[in-house]
Amino acid sequence: MRRKLIPHPHLSLLLLVVWVMLQNRVTPGSVAMGLVLGLVIPVMTAPYWPDRPSLRGWGRMIAYALLVMGDIVRANVIVAGIVLFKRNADLRPAWVAVPLDLTSAEAITTLAGTVTMTPGTVSADLSADGRTLLVHCLHAPDPQSVIDEIKDRYERRLMEIFE
Amino acid sequence: MIDLALDFAYVCFGLGLAFTAWRVVRAPGIVDRILALDTMVINAIGLLILLGISEDTGVYFEAAILIAMVGFVSTVAFAKFVLRGDVIE
Amino acid sequence: MELIWEIAVSAFLVLAGIFALVGAWGLVKLPSPMTRLHAPTKATTLGVGGVLIASMIWSIGSHGVLSFHELLITLFLFLTAPITANFIAKANLHRAAPPEDLPTLPEGQLWAHQSPGTDTSEAAFEDKETHRGG
Repeated sequence: MRRKLIPHPHLSLLLLVVWVMLQNRVTPGSVAMGLVLGLVIPVMTAPYWPDRPSLRGWGRMIAYALLVMGDIVRANVIVAGIVLFKRNADLRPAWVAVPLDLTSAEAITTLAGTVTMTPGTVSADLSADGRTLLVHCLHAPDPQSVIDEIKDRYERRLMEIFE
Repeated sequence: MIDLALDFAYVCFGLGLAFTAWRVVRAPGIVDRILALDTMVINAIGLLILLGISEDTGVYFEAAILIAMVGFVSTVAFAKFVLRGDVIE
Repeated sequence: MELIWEIAVSAFLVLAGIFALVGAWGLVKLPSPMTRLHAPTKATTLGVGGVLIASMIWSIGSHGVLSFHELLITLFLFLTAPITANFIAKANLHRAAPPEDLPTLPEGQLWAHQSPGTDTSEAAFEDKETHRGG
């Protein structure tokens, strides 16, 4: 019964927060409207999302988000440095194949997004069987260290959250 | 001091817009053109918010949100078109 | 007090401007289509993010009102930037990148964009989904 009324609690919460942010004021009216939207939209769109991804640990998710935000800032400084101060001839762009231990689609999507937003790497494609991620590096003299960093820094944490 | 910083940011975003416009006109390939258009949209959002700060109103935020959404959808549609030769299959 | 938030707003504005400019300059300067993808996706996102944070501090400092819908644009940009980057990278792979540059996969597997009939990674998950559903 509860599963039928609130098929996606995370989505409901997100819709409520987004609505209140759009209103830019926390008033009883905006919260009530956000609640209505958060209850109605997930029920109406439930056929498109039959499975509920298993997420564990709010603390871990917030810690991961903070880590990624810090890395985004670091990535920006590094990329800006490369753009400004490195001659094109010194650039060592490289393709790297990262073998994945993650299996769920949501987890791989999160990892690919994280890889794109963090230092010098953009995720470009997935292998046809979904076991390997194709990553392009802007400047990677040592491709193996890039793989190790992705696996150790992000994939291990995502494993704990999603699986 | 804020006025000076605002002017500086205006110049930076404007120059960025000029660079991306140059890339749209003189692109080595169609994919670079999409990328330049996407960057142009992001720079336009930045300019709109700067305008909001300097005129001290919040009315530009709705425009910025709309441009962000339309820009995202159009970039995806353009890339999809390049990938498949069709937008809606 | 007045001075502190003015300095904060100015600092964020200047930083944001620099990052936005560097992102656009990278688009012009970098040598190949794939490397050109790096500069705008990262630098411009932080550029706009910086302006948005400046705008939030500005509204707290000058009006004493907490304005948080700026966060919505930041969130939206941070969520969409990887997706656009992925699409553009895929378009690049289809049009420009020579396949021999790509790392090879074990057991005769192909990258998703090379195998016939598969568009994105959807195909890879199809049998898993039906498995789970059944």
